[in-house]
Amino acid sequence: MFSTQKSKKLALMVTIILVILGTFGIFSAQAQDVVQVGLITKTETNPFFVKMREGAQAAADAAGVKLLTASGKSDSDNDSQVTAIENMVNAGVKGILLVPADSAAIAPTVKKAREAGVLVIALDTPTIPQDAVDALFATDNLKAGLLIGQYAKAALGDKPVKIATLDAAPGNKTGVLRHNGFLQGFGIEEGDASIVCSGDSGGDQAKGQTLMENCLIKDPDINLVYAINEPAAAGAYTALDKAGKADGVMIVAVDGGCAPGIAGIISGHFAATSQQYPLKMAQMGVEAVINFAKTGDKPWGYTDTGVTLISAKPLEGIDSQGAVFGAQSCWGTLEDGEMDAAMKVDAAAGIKPPA
Amino acid sequence: MICTILSLRKNYFMETVLPDSPLIRIRRFLLRPTMGPLIALLIACAFFGSQTPRFLTINNFSFIFQQSIVVSVLAIGQTLIILTSGIDLSNGAIMSLGAVFMVHLASRNGINPYLAIGVGLAITAGIGFINGLLVTRLRLPAFIVTLGMLGIVYALTLIYTSETVPAKEAQTFLGNGFKVGDTLITYGTVAMVLLFLVTWFMLRETAFGRHIYAIGNNAEAVRLAGISTDRLLIAVYSLAGLLYGIAALLLIARTEVGDPQTGVAGNFNLESITAVVLGGTSLFGGRGNVLGTLIGSLIVSIFRNGLLLMGIPSIYQLLITGILVIMAVSVDQFSQRGGAR
Repeated sequence: MFSTQKSKKLALMVTIILVILGTFGIFSAQAQDVVQVGLITKTETNPFFVKMREGAQAAADAAGVKLLTASGKSDSDNDSQVTAIENMVNAGVKGILLVPADSAAIAPTVKKAREAGVLVIALDTPTIPQDAVDALFATDNLKAGLLIGQYAKAALGDKPVKIATLDAAPGNKTGVLRHNGFLQGFGIEEGDASIVCSGDSGGDQAKGQTLMENCLIKDPDINLVYAINEPAAAGAYTALDKAGKADGVMIVAVDGGCAPGIAGIISGHFAATSQQYPLKMAQMGVEAVINFAKTGDKPWGYTDTGVTLISAKPLEGIDSQGAVFGAQSCWGTLEDGEMDAAMKVDAAAGIKPPA
Repeated sequence: MICTILSLRKNYFMETVLPDSPLIRIRRFLLRPTMGPLIALLIACAFFGSQTPRFLTINNFSFIFQQSIVVSVLAIGQTLIILTSGIDLSNGAIMSLGAVFMVHLASRNGINPYLAIGVGLAITAGIGFINGLLVTRLRLPAFIVTLGMLGIVYALTLIYTSETVPAKEAQTFLGNGFKVGDTLITYGTVAMVLLFLVTWFMLRETAFGRHIYAIGNNAEAVRLAGISTDRLLIAVYSLAGLLYGIAALLLIARTEVGDPQTGVAGNFNLESITAVVLGGTSLFGGRGNVLGTLIGSLIVSIFRNGLLLMGIPSIYQLLITGILVIMAVSVDQFSQRGGAR
């Protein structure tokens, strides 16, 4: 006879073993039946990537496929992405959607995954070389910069202009493309005398503020600010506001996040921003993988996922959308009452509501 | 044995009154841990002043101070911990968590803004307390404990929210100030200077302060002297946590938002360690001065500001700051060795 304690222990152990076996059984059954798609972002938390995950999840749910997600610990964490690709290939995914943290360093791992028959699509950021992946679904960052550059030129005309550029970080490819696009759109070259201050904000609000303060000391007459993204632009606005100069300076940025981006367009802090579409990148990615699973057809080359100039101060000859359009398609969380405020500023500027 | 000898040597520097011949007085003055950093600061100021007329203005220095406030206050906590021969890798993340709680509770949940500040301070001090517990009770190295805490706290912040929320005006009072001539002196700047003076006094004149040095020199000797090193360390980590909470309040006053990313993305942690090291505090503990940390923090800000005003690309700013850190520590090491002979 077993003592009660022993039989209880035995029963518990049997249960645990059954549960473990059962779980494995379920997982392996799923792995065989359902198409799996992997999504690897740079970080878990940036609202841009959160939106991307939402888009991928929605597309995966709609098609009844399973989404596996992973991310690095920071914007430049290549190592975690390598591990994630290896794990996903082992898990038997049909395709991987990847936002490369290190465009060049990830290429060998991507090559191995493709050799194992997995479709790999880069989202948002190209790999180096760009054809290391099967396809690239991304914003045209040069165009994103170009649009706000053209807008600023149209707004300021031939007025004397002093420009501060709040850039990303040395060697950041996206940052360089946006910066160059802005200069091209404004019709000037790097090193032009009108660029009085350039520095790195890292896309961070506090660092953007410090940079703008120092730029204002370097040249108090700055009247146009280009920012790599909206947090940096918000930092610039705080610095200008504290210096009592918010009214005389135009701020343009790139991203189109709900806050501080579209919120800044609504409040009039920012004149214009180029909005990009992470949700769309991820949706198109998932759909491409499903199509590959069904038909064996792979997408190839670069697909522009679109960029829209958003401004509540539309200009003659510049194609733009209003605050309501921006608010409807922004990523992140829109504050309560912002949509009403967007309608008001659009109405005041004579912008028709989007269809 | 070697430890005891080393600690004796250090104590000899701090405590022994040398005969008062003028030469020795000058030498002792120059051997003060803050002198090296101070001279470096003055040379940097003279250099930037000669390069650009916009540098040596009161207005510019008002900004340099404002830009160094947050890192400086973080670095006070960092100095205390490093003096005990620990290190804190989690302070930027703890500050961000505190700031996010303060702003969210007030702006989102409608809690009284001052109460929300109190909650934020309690949270940061509490995390410092946990760091202290782990270092003392589990006998884990501070490096490991705070490295782990960095991840945990950053994750908790982002589980709580990933949104950047504007702060209520009641919470940004440290950003206000008074004008001296045309120059704005913020209450935050005043608070920072006061915190440095209080900490300096505490380290120099109180038993608690002397024990902090002693524990960094020779923890075993402190324990044998009948002082509870565990309690002392827990107090130091908790106090550091409270200081990170104050840094959070200063950050809110400066940026007027609660930003969950900035504690890690803004590189505050490494800047706080840089400030401590540039300020002449030994990473091995037991030797250093909190006023040196203020100078170290100002040096970081001055280089960022001065190099930008000169129009030098940021990649070279990184390069120069890196060289500076290594130079500062080697000069310090060299002067210590020279002094021992």
